[in-house]
Amino acid sequence: MTHGTVDGPVGKPAGKGAAAQAPAPAAAAAAAGAGHHPPGAGRARRSADARIGAWLGRTAVQVFLVVTALVWITPALGLFLSSLRSEEANSASGWWTALTEPGQLSIDNYTALLADSGITQAFWNTVLISVPTTVAVVVVAALAGYAFAWLEFPGRDWIFLVVVGLLVVPVQVGLLPVAKMLGAVGLFGTVPGVVLFHVAYGLPFAVFLLRNYFAEIPREMLEAARMDGGGEWRIFTRLVLPVGRPAIASLAIFQFLWVWNDMLVALIFADSDSQPLTVALQSEMRQFGSNIEILAPGAFLSLAVPLVVFFAFQKHFVQGVMAGSVK
Amino acid sequence: MSAEAPAVPPAKAGGTPGGASPSRGAPARGDDPRRRAARRRRLVAAAFLLPALLLLGALVAYPILFSVGRSLFDASGTRFVGADNYVEMFRDPTTLKAVRNTAIWVVVAPALLTGLGLILAVLTEKVRWATAFKLLMFMPMAISFLAAGIIFRITYEQDPDRGVLNAVAVGVHDVFADRPAYPGARGREDAGETPLARGRDGSYGTAADLTPGRTVSLGVVGVPPKEVPSGAEPATAPEGSSGAGDGVLAGTVYLDFTPGGGGEPGRIDPGERGLPGMTVQAVRDGKAVGGATTAADGSFRITGLDGGPYALRLPASNFAEPYGGISWLGPALVTPAIIGAYLWIWTGFSMVLIGAGLAAMPRDVLEAARMDGANEWQIFRRITVPLLAPVLTVVFVTLVINVMKVFDLVYIIAPGPVLQDANVLAMQMWLVSFGGGNNQGLGSAIGVLLLLLVVPAMVFNIRRFRRSQS
Repeated sequence: MTHGTVDGPVGKPAGKGAAAQAPAPAAAAAAAGAGHHPPGAGRARRSADARIGAWLGRTAVQVFLVVTALVWITPALGLFLSSLRSEEANSASGWWTALTEPGQLSIDNYTALLADSGITQAFWNTVLISVPTTVAVVVVAALAGYAFAWLEFPGRDWIFLVVVGLLVVPVQVGLLPVAKMLGAVGLFGTVPGVVLFHVAYGLPFAVFLLRNYFAEIPREMLEAARMDGGGEWRIFTRLVLPVGRPAIASLAIFQFLWVWNDMLVALIFADSDSQPLTVALQSEMRQFGSNIEILAPGAFLSLAVPLVVFFAFQKHFVQGVMAGSVK
Repeated sequence: MSAEAPAVPPAKAGGTPGGASPSRGAPARGDDPRRRAARRRRLVAAAFLLPALLLLGALVAYPILFSVGRSLFDASGTRFVGADNYVEMFRDPTTLKAVRNTAIWVVVAPALLTGLGLILAVLTEKVRWATAFKLLMFMPMAISFLAAGIIFRITYEQDPDRGVLNAVAVGVHDVFADRPAYPGARGREDAGETPLARGRDGSYGTAADLTPGRTVSLGVVGVPPKEVPSGAEPATAPEGSSGAGDGVLAGTVYLDFTPGGGGEPGRIDPGERGLPGMTVQAVRDGKAVGGATTAADGSFRITGLDGGPYALRLPASNFAEPYGGISWLGPALVTPAIIGAYLWIWTGFSMVLIGAGLAAMPRDVLEAARMDGANEWQIFRRITVPLLAPVLTVVFVTLVINVMKVFDLVYIIAPGPVLQDANVLAMQMWLVSFGGGNNQGLGSAIGVLLLLLVVPAMVFNIRRFRRSQS
């Protein structure tokens, strides 16, 4: 049995993280590069001058990075504090006044927002779109990834190259034709329609990622399983899926966030009953300035879930993003 | 029964020992069963592949062909127009604007992001809190363009009392330039001994008949009482019309308004206050030849004047509106402003990816260079950057692809009136096909153009993949 062109370092331990199989050399390094070497180990013979110079340099670097971090935090802090201030306060003064007068902060905006049935409905639509999409992408891509990695059929490598080519296809190409097709079968303007579109355009990356990860499973392992008389289905569920868990986790997180954060696809394929939070909020943008008390907490509501996912699974997320470079 | 534990079991390989006997793996005995086994294998493969290929074929591959075909027809889709839509793309001013802006995005954003990421990645290696820093910088990658867009609409708010960026801009500006003393105030016209007349540039001036030695009073109105500086003292009437001395024009600038009523326009009445900090110029033949700033009681002395006659002028800078900050989301700056928001989102990506490449770099090379006396800059230029070149390329290409598809951020940040100034291809595609344009022929053509633009990246991906396999 030959396994096509895959001749990678088979001995590489599986389960080191999706990034280990990512195309970028950088990504491979990410998994391996846990060891941090402090710079400059042997500089005992440096003069005092040089040491002072180095200290100044290090301090300058620290200051620069602290300033950069503050610059990065400020806009997000602005949104958060704005979301906690009343409409009158927001139009009268800047959000930074809340830093010295915290008395103006309250959760009234959030209470009002959650009482708005349009917004809560949109929030649930977001969940109803992202969760099934994520599950479907993972399942379909895992099946295909296994076939591309370990099953033999004519034209396998060519078909896979087509999938690699599809990685960068912009969704814009698909918007019009798929809208027509979904309209023809009555799915235009529904949650399943949005899900279908997302699944299809999430697949190239998902198949690519999982195929590359599965291909690194040591061949002896699969052959042993086959010798034992395991059918392909059994091998897939009992061996490949468990071994591929890190890659699947990265993919699922990445895919979930991608769909959760989407606006363009839902803007076209969802109607007012099936629109997710992003679309509901963008329709408020036209009156920007007079409705910050809706927009700011709404935006915060929409980014809270990704943020929680990000902090809970940061490692998988970073690896997923890195593996997805050149998507 | 189950997968036999392999020789080197990777983590979580589910190696429950199974006692099943090999049945299907037995060597095939004849031609026929072997062919049947091959057919069976193909069927199994097809079953595994079917869902993915069906979805990809119907919803990704077919739409590409459809879009190419559709782009050759007119808006209604009934008339074949050949390449007209593609020609139209470069003739229609709004689409052309979108093409231009997309070009700006592609030229500016990926280069800036790669450079910024490289600098930050190198610098974070030198601090202990690198992980926290990377986490913070990477965080914006997790949130939607919509949320980021709202964040930056708040940040870029024009009013310096509400937008943090303009609050900073005004603060910095006021450190280097004086705030206008009396915005909105006016000179007293048609009253008093030396009435003021409004110049075309917003300044106020007397008639050009003043000879040095004179003392004049210049009335100003339209200053709300609470805007008068707290240090302002009561104005005193000039001692006479010729007491100033040789070569000197002196006088008082005062608020020609008596608190509590009474008083006569154009005269310094008891209780009227001087206006400190006002710039006064002596003008001859339209050119300012001397100047002074009023004291606490509004008095001024312009010295060193010879001959004459002169006019006295209160320049427009006294009355100008205060600096209001930068119009970030105006037509001129809206694209750079949105690119700024994009940098906020993507810098973490480029930094973390490049940082991973840095961590994988051979340390002994760097140490050897340090031992040889190379300074940090030389190491960066001669060793770090060349060794990182492959990573930098991947980051750059990824960013180019993503930048070409940018839509949400532009759509959210650009206010309605400047939407066209900020237009990009991905948004124009949406606008002409769904957002009111209803020209699906042109929309398809823009979609196809976007696809053509990423073909180099497609080739890059395929070649890189094939290389990694050989």
